[in-house]
Amino acid sequence: MGKQATRITVNGKSHARVVEARLTLADFLRHELGLTGTHLGCEHGVCGACTVLVDGHTARSCLMFAVQANGSEVTTVEGLAADGELSVLQQAFMDNHGLQCGFCTPGMLITLTELLRDNAEPSEAEVREALTGNLCRCTGYAGIVKAALDAAQRLRGGTPSQPSPASGGGR
Amino acid sequence: MKPAPFDYHAPRHLKEAAELLATLPNVKILAGGQSLVPMMNFRYVIVDHLVDLGHVDDLRGIAVIDGRLRIGAMMRQRDLETSPEVARHCPLLAEALRHVGHRQTRNRGTIGGSLAHADPAAELPAVCAAYDAVLHLASIRGLRSVPFREFSLGFMTTALAPDEMIAAIELPIWRSGHGHGFHEFARRHGDFALAGAAALLDIGAGNVVRGAALAVFGVAEQPVRVDAAEAALTGKAIGSTAIQNAAAAAWLVEPISDIHAGGDYRRHLAQVLSVRALTDAARRAGVDG
Ligand code: FES
Ligand code: FES
Repeated sequence: MGKQATRITVNGKSHARVVEARLTLADFLRHELGLTGTHLGCEHGVCGACTVLVDGHTARSCLMFAVQANGSEVTTVEGLAADGELSVLQQAFMDNHGLQCGFCTPGMLITLTELLRDNAEPSEAEVREALTGNLCRCTGYAGIVKAALDAAQRLRGGTPSQPSPASGGGR
Repeated sequence: MKPAPFDYHAPRHLKEAAELLATLPNVKILAGGQSLVPMMNFRYVIVDHLVDLGHVDDLRGIAVIDGRLRIGAMMRQRDLETSPEVARHCPLLAEALRHVGHRQTRNRGTIGGSLAHADPAAELPAVCAAYDAVLHLASIRGLRSVPFREFSLGFMTTALAPDEMIAAIELPIWRSGHGHGFHEFARRHGDFALAGAAALLDIGAGNVVRGAALAVFGVAEQPVRVDAAEAALTGKAIGSTAIQNAAAAAWLVEPISDIHAGGDYRRHLAQVLSVRALTDAARRAGVDG
């Protein structure tokens, strides 16, 4: 039932597959393409771990069928580091303890990549609102918010904030 | 957590979509998918055919026609949130949209999908209730127009026939200078509201109310217009006492109780949030206090 020819450009590379209509975009990325950086936490649109960019806009890839993305350009977490070099945001996550187990991180990075693209100088409140669709069970969000604000500053050409010894630690 | 198998259809024209809906057995419309796909993943919903309206251009677009803002049903919530037309003509809609889910779901979710899903706690049906929106429904039998009061029939129930789709939504544009207010209470930003209120006020000389609309949502099984509050405000000078007295009518809306909140608490919220929404609307219409 329901097989469909589908072509999706992922991180700049075009992929053609014949897939079942019920295959989610998340499973297409993970199982068909082996791009397991896109995580699945809940598969019903609550946790945000599966967030990817579809034609430049964030979307939960567990709530889209691959056939809906036919002809689209998708960016996953694997597409953020150009030539193996961490993006500014990824580096800021490292420097500010923006992750612990890392399960939520791909979704966090994609969500914040969109935010920082559209808003060069987000307030802390705006960062926190942007993150309401992404759950993290480890960090308590403080390091993630700090990383986002730090990355925004670096992208504006400011100097990276010195990671203070207290940041994200103390547990 | 995987949906049951189905056949996928992606029509490009309204007519083609209407024919598919009329002929395919056990068929459902896929709009933005932000409510439907979770239900399919849980297998609460099992369909044989899915008709994706995402490629039907006739269902998109936004235009001002005869004093009404006409919005294609497949307009994404995020597009409306950032639309200058919506901000200028129907600011209540713009404000409500910021509370709808999260950026990631608003990028996909559509206004038509939200109205057809008819969750009692959803923001967009409440906005349509406040504006007395008119919905244009399409099927192989043609188009028909249904006022929102007749469209919304109860808990997740609408006047849509099984083979019908929402084509467009028309919101009457209130006089420039009118005020709007929107408040909801949710446990976390982006969660479904336990209760909320949407208000519109048109205020003339001497602070006299020329027109008032108040809708509460998340309280009953569908959004409810608080007619008694509107009647109490209209034709009289507005002020904080008038707002307090009028909003008391929200207490009369018969509430639902569930695991998220009891009926009495929802009633309390409806009243408090109505005061806040009306107060914002009055302030934006140029009246303080
Ligand atoms: S896996 Fe998609 S939102 Fe949780
Ligand atoms: S780092 Fe573990 S869930 Fe966020």
